[in-house]
Amino acid sequence: MAERDGGDIYREFAKGLWKENPVFVQVLGMCPMLAVTNSAINAVAMAAATMFVLVGSSFLVSLLRKVIPKQVRISTYIIIIATFVTLADFTLQALSPSVHKELGAFIALIVVNCLILGRQEAFASRNGVLLSVLDALGMSFGFAIALLCLGSLREILGSGSIFGFSLCGPHFEPWVVMILPPGGFFMLGAILLFFGWWKEMKAKRRDSVTGRVA
Amino acid sequence: MSTPVSIGDGVETPREPGGARMIATLALAGLISGVAIVGVYELTLPTILANRARALKAAVLQVVPGSQTMKPFTLDGGALVEATDDTPVEERIYAAYDEGGNLLGYAIPGEGNGFQDVIELIYGYDPKERKIVGLQVLESRETPGLGDKIRKDAAFVANFDDLSVDPEVVVVKNSHKTKGNEVDAITGATISSKAVVKILNVTNDRWLSHLGEK
Amino acid sequence: MNNLAWIFISSLLVNNFTLAYFLGLCPFFGVSGRLVTAFRLGLANIFVMVITSLCAWALNTFVLVHAPYLRLISFIVVIASTVQFVEMVIKKLYPALFRALGIFLPLITTNCAILGLALFQTSRGYGLVEGLVFALGGGGGLTLALVLMAGLREDAELSDIPSMIRGTAMNLMIAGILSMAFMGFAGLFSSS
Repeated sequence: MAERDGGDIYREFAKGLWKENPVFVQVLGMCPMLAVTNSAINAVAMAAATMFVLVGSSFLVSLLRKVIPKQVRISTYIIIIATFVTLADFTLQALSPSVHKELGAFIALIVVNCLILGRQEAFASRNGVLLSVLDALGMSFGFAIALLCLGSLREILGSGSIFGFSLCGPHFEPWVVMILPPGGFFMLGAILLFFGWWKEMKAKRRDSVTGRVA
Repeated sequence: MSTPVSIGDGVETPREPGGARMIATLALAGLISGVAIVGVYELTLPTILANRARALKAAVLQVVPGSQTMKPFTLDGGALVEATDDTPVEERIYAAYDEGGNLLGYAIPGEGNGFQDVIELIYGYDPKERKIVGLQVLESRETPGLGDKIRKDAAFVANFDDLSVDPEVVVVKNSHKTKGNEVDAITGATISSKAVVKILNVTNDRWLSHLGEK
Repeated sequence: MNNLAWIFISSLLVNNFTLAYFLGLCPFFGVSGRLVTAFRLGLANIFVMVITSLCAWALNTFVLVHAPYLRLISFIVVIASTVQFVEMVIKKLYPALFRALGIFLPLITTNCAILGLALFQTSRGYGLVEGLVFALGGGGGLTLALVLMAGLREDAELSDIPSMIRGTAMNLMIAGILSMAFMGFAGLFSSS
């Protein structure tokens, strides 16, 4: 591994937060993210479990990247990922049975979250341990931000509360649809729409500036 | 095992670098993951089982008011016998006792189809009075704000604190409850209310004739 | 209790895999551009689901009783091998079908609907027949959602829609409306 300066290391971490955000930009891992974000606390638990799995398997995969033959790499990655998911599953079950019950099968479904296998294939199998862990950390924080964003918005609108604390008082009529499945689609759609609009606005402003100069 | 997927592939090497090494890698990965999983399983199992037992006990003691201890029972050829460790969970009911060891009633689990998905519940039954003395919905995916009132609506749950089972439990609409065996349906969630009552009646048919005074 | 008709309708419509449980979203958004491909992918999914359901049942009954902690890892390994095996068989016996499905088959391994099916089947304690009906219903539901989505998207392509909205945001909105429509199926089997 070549020497990297501080800026590079920071970049590998930060790209996952915003510029290559796994949810808002790459639209990966939608299955767990829509299914469990009907409340903020579920979103946090899911994000934590995903982070554990992603960082753990990125670490192992980058450590073993020279040992694993190319032909069986995907199988090996899946075994590694499945192991970490099982560990996360048991741990969560022991620590917080109520959250585990809420998330149900979706903890186990982290195995097939395209985000995790994608990072192994695209990054951890080609880079050193430090960079891979940083990349995994960045991606999982990006994923966590997206989950939390979606989870809290849906809980505020759908139940009038956040993390179980009532926000809007007794006279608020909650948008029940927001904590139901359609609400997940609508809310993520709305967020993506907002980003699309924002990007377009920025592009327009840039165009008008360059236009004036020219 | 063979290489299952190729995500973003294109690195297929034409020659096989030793099948033995591929198999060895996979076997090693499997072995290590197996050891890790078994280790964490052994580590967390006591806590998980304790959590489950505590949740069950809390539910049983709640639906049979005043009870302090409980013991699982099952049916063996029509007779009520103490359940062994091998008894499947769905074949069990729980006898609940006060401090002096006097039988107060039985906690009976039941499940059935609700409006959206399966509803699981547990209810307390007093064989002396032939009455249901408490109910707790354990699991439901009924519509938030409407159907999930079977869990959250205190007035509806109170229906089951003193409910005669003879000849059977019936649902009445618009708060017209007059007799001891009637349940007021939740406004806007008649189907969920009826589903709960149907589960009660089906489960009663199965168990009550065996639950004499003991 | 677990009557078969209810399991089928529930997994097909009321608790549709894609629109209520968010399983199989990757192909749902990725491959729903064309009606024909969407339909074929749906069929391939049903096929793999039925086989997975069989395997999961066999594993649960004969192997995992002794080692429940290996459930997840054995499921995923079995699914991966099954897909590979099915791919080889189809390639050998029905080359035409293979060409039609070929590219989608490997993708199915990382499709959460398949693993979800095996996991839900286990957690609900379905037996062999119930599992098969569940697989048919779930796969059918997935196909239905895919085909509806593809139809709507083909239509939307010809409509005058601002460029900002086009793409994932619009697909998510369409999916939300479909999901809302499917909520209307709730209660189909419970009104007594």
